[in-house]
Amino acid sequence: MAAPSELSPIFGRLTLDALPLHEPILVVTFLVVAALGTLLLGAITWFRLWGYLWKEWFTSVDHKKIGVMYMVLGIIMLLRGFSDAIMMRLQQAIAFNGSEGYLPPHHYDQVFSAHGVIMIFFVAMPLVTGIMNFVVPLQIGARDVSFPFLNNFSFWMTTGGAILVMTSLFVGEFAKTGWLAYPPLSGTTYSPDVGVDYYIWGLQVAGIGTTLSGINLICTIIKLRAPGMSLMKMPIFTWTALCTNVLIVATFPVLTAVLALLALDRYVGMNFFTTELGGNPMMYVNLIWIWGHPEVYILILPLFGVYSEVTSTFSGKRLFGYTSMVYATVVITILSYLVWLHHFFTMGSGASVNSFFAITTMVISIPTGAKLFNWLFTMYRGRIRFELPMMWTIAFMLTFVVGGMTGVLLAVPPADFVLHNSLFLVAHFHNVIIGGVLFGLFAAINYWFPKAFGFKLDRFWGLVSFWCWVVGFWLAFMPLYILGLMGVTRRMRVFDDPSLQIFFVIAGFGVAVIFVGIMALLIQIGVSIRNRARLRDATGDPWNGRTLEWSTTSPPPEYNFAFTPIIHDLDAWYDMKRRGQEQPMSGFRPIPMPRNTGAGVFLAAFATVCGFALIWQIWWLVAASFIAALVTAIGHTFDYDRSHRIPAETVAATEALRTRALAAAE
Amino acid sequence: MIPSLGPRRLLRQLAILALPALLGGCNLVVLSPAGDVAQRQAHLVMISTGLMLLIILPVMALTVLFAWRYRAANRDAQYEPEWSHSTGLELVIWSAPLVIIICLGALAWAGTHLLDPYRPLARIGPDRPVVAAVEPLEVNVVALDWKWLFILPEYGVASVNELAAPVDRPIRFRITSTAVMNSFFIPALAGQIYAMPGMETTLHGVINRPGTYEGFSANYSGAGFSGMRFRFHGLAGPEFDAWIAQARQADATLGRTEFLALQRPSENVPVRHFSTVDPALFDAIVNKCVEPGRMCLRDMMSIDERGGLGVAGIDAVRRSGRDRDTLAGRTTTMVTAICSIPATPAQRPVPAPIAQARLTGAGLRPQAGPYSRPLVASQLPPRPES
Repeated sequence: MAAPSELSPIFGRLTLDALPLHEPILVVTFLVVAALGTLLLGAITWFRLWGYLWKEWFTSVDHKKIGVMYMVLGIIMLLRGFSDAIMMRLQQAIAFNGSEGYLPPHHYDQVFSAHGVIMIFFVAMPLVTGIMNFVVPLQIGARDVSFPFLNNFSFWMTTGGAILVMTSLFVGEFAKTGWLAYPPLSGTTYSPDVGVDYYIWGLQVAGIGTTLSGINLICTIIKLRAPGMSLMKMPIFTWTALCTNVLIVATFPVLTAVLALLALDRYVGMNFFTTELGGNPMMYVNLIWIWGHPEVYILILPLFGVYSEVTSTFSGKRLFGYTSMVYATVVITILSYLVWLHHFFTMGSGASVNSFFAITTMVISIPTGAKLFNWLFTMYRGRIRFELPMMWTIAFMLTFVVGGMTGVLLAVPPADFVLHNSLFLVAHFHNVIIGGVLFGLFAAINYWFPKAFGFKLDRFWGLVSFWCWVVGFWLAFMPLYILGLMGVTRRMRVFDDPSLQIFFVIAGFGVAVIFVGIMALLIQIGVSIRNRARLRDATGDPWNGRTLEWSTTSPPPEYNFAFTPIIHDLDAWYDMKRRGQEQPMSGFRPIPMPRNTGAGVFLAAFATVCGFALIWQIWWLVAASFIAALVTAIGHTFDYDRSHRIPAETVAATEALRTRALAAAE
Repeated sequence: MIPSLGPRRLLRQLAILALPALLGGCNLVVLSPAGDVAQRQAHLVMISTGLMLLIILPVMALTVLFAWRYRAANRDAQYEPEWSHSTGLELVIWSAPLVIIICLGALAWAGTHLLDPYRPLARIGPDRPVVAAVEPLEVNVVALDWKWLFILPEYGVASVNELAAPVDRPIRFRITSTAVMNSFFIPALAGQIYAMPGMETTLHGVINRPGTYEGFSANYSGAGFSGMRFRFHGLAGPEFDAWIAQARQADATLGRTEFLALQRPSENVPVRHFSTVDPALFDAIVNKCVEPGRMCLRDMMSIDERGGLGVAGIDAVRRSGRDRDTLAGRTTTMVTAICSIPATPAQRPVPAPIAQARLTGAGLRPQAGPYSRPLVASQLPPRPES
């Protein structure tokens, strides 16, 4: 690696050596990606879709389209993150009896670091944000989010971060530090290469997007609720979204700050986290977990909301204990700030400090337990329809309690001393993240897909995906619990003890089953698009829903609601249906809506280039892209023509179409 | 493909292969360890799991029951679409987990204090208190890239990637690292604790059954991490003496120069012994001043504590290219010594063990770590003028 003195003025640290031409796995991956990419770009060009994509999607400020784009990003990144998982499982299943496996440490260490980073930041976060973006404005009777342009910009910043992380695959390398990049390992002394720089700038770029999207959704929920929707009449999903975004706004700045400190350590030798000149790596570990623990609640809370909506809808019943559900969510939000130290009981804090954090952690399980009981008693005396979202919910309830139990077990410090960093821990957090977050996302996708596109998802392939995921999950992670109890630690590349191999083989088999589940999901979407005529939902309310989003057409018109609804009850749409509220037929007025703009795409592109230049220390490009971003941002403020009016006739025509469709469906 | 080996047959064969391994072959060392501390930690794992199952199992059973009973096809089941509140039920819903957590919290509080790794052992097994005359065996542990160094100051010997300890004698580990963070873990003996550069952590344990056990780093530390494993031998008295004697036969000795050679990164390092060890070495490692001419962290902190040197301090900082840094093509900053305070490990307070008869951790006095300062300045040991 080039020393600072050898920095090229034009290319910085970037040389041809940065291309991993000597690694056959990467070369083959690159060729496949390049071939598929060319095919895709070629297809878009052939079918003349560039203009359509640019006008209707990339520059769109419509929260529904941005939500869908977040989902597409999340699913694409899921494929990358899952490829990493397959590679790890394969390595661990064969690296026995003196075999080195097929991955050298240089590669294997990047794989597990990238897996964690991608799955949390670029799979779970976009999918969760996407669902919130799509559903929240519809649920509160709003026409868009508070700051539609900011929303578009946030999405592209998240994408920019994802692009930087993906670039590390083929230009240079990714961090070899684990997903949280603890110093001193992530300092320049032990990680002189660009891997950690990719980590820092990838997350910084994406982090700006996440923070802004958090601010946006808080404003939307606080300010844009339909008249009559007091906070305690707000749908429970919107409540969980509000709490999640409060968590985002309060914690992501901590991540930004700690990564900035790490960057200062690496770029200008500040020694915040090295002991050489009085710094302390323990500070980094504390700071990153002050963000890191709330982060897991950022991921899970909206899905708790999804489970609540789904259980209530498919049980045909009001949600049991709405008020206590709201309080439980708020309590979890607050408590999630008070538990971070349980991630490092073994760092040598005193017994009293450890006990404090142990007990705060355990206390979180009380509101969580209350939520579980609430779902249980929502089912009680209901009429449960086992549609796909409900099946995911029941699978979640049975899976998540096990993950919760092992989590509380890990919160007992003496137990943590023997289980910390073991495969038991790995099994635990996959148990809550797959069993909680991912199952919830699949429930949400199956639940709201008809709202977004106007047709349901295919049930058969949905069931295949469901059973493969559930069975595959248990096969892949139960052996890891056992291995953890056998004292096997994580991130190992080779093993001595041959008796462990069978467990890794079973886990690998489980991953293969999950792979079928992911493929089935993609097939499910493909088959549903092909059969969309048969799966069409003309009513806009395919599940006999209870909240406002089901009162519009599927897909909803650009303006969501021709008239802003007035709310009288918690389950607003259920209430309207019960009172036999009629669809208004006349009196439409023009609706002002925000105009699409490409500024967000350009800003994010410049930020991404700036990140890339910082990684490779191409200083002229850093300056140029930064100034370009600044000029674009200032230029955008002079763009006064930011809204357009949808004429009353168009609204009337759209609504008349809906009335006809409704009449035909009945 | 062999025609008879269909997927179903393959599955069955896999199950047959897996079964004995699952039932008999696996050694759940975390749940059945060989040392008293780990044993008590395992008990806590079992008791906590049992407590939680009290609520988890009914919830799982109710989920399945309700899902089945209230399926849409079952028209006999009662249907109350408006029923959504019951104060009594909500009280139960919140208090049932609360009761479990109160029990678990009490257990965690007491367990954390009684099994605090910094606290010297008061017993070596159930109903076997430590005899007052028995001093714990002190072991200085250094995590290096990527191997473990163990120094036994009492015997003046050291070893790489191998450790032995006499059965039933308490052991006090003082743990540090030269480069990056690791975690020192012998599952059969006691829980783990991080090994961090420039810092010292403490762990107490005792091995009750003779045998050879696995030890390793439980925190990822870079390329050679997988090979950072060692054997821990629990030996009866005479065998332990023989092990020490064998170590004393070794050709190599361990001083500062040898240590600097040893700390260069290496992977899958074979066992080595050192017949003599520089007694001040471990303290120098903790204070990151093994290299000649480098200021110890202890001295830096001492200067900073008195207000620092201001601008004059900058003169004491110079750029240097160390071995590892040269490897990376970078230079880092280091501070050269301008004064030195002799290391006085003997002055450090060693906390007294506590009576194990108490069931709660309440009322225990806080532990003094090696770097924790006494509350009153006059209690500071006198500092010699340089």
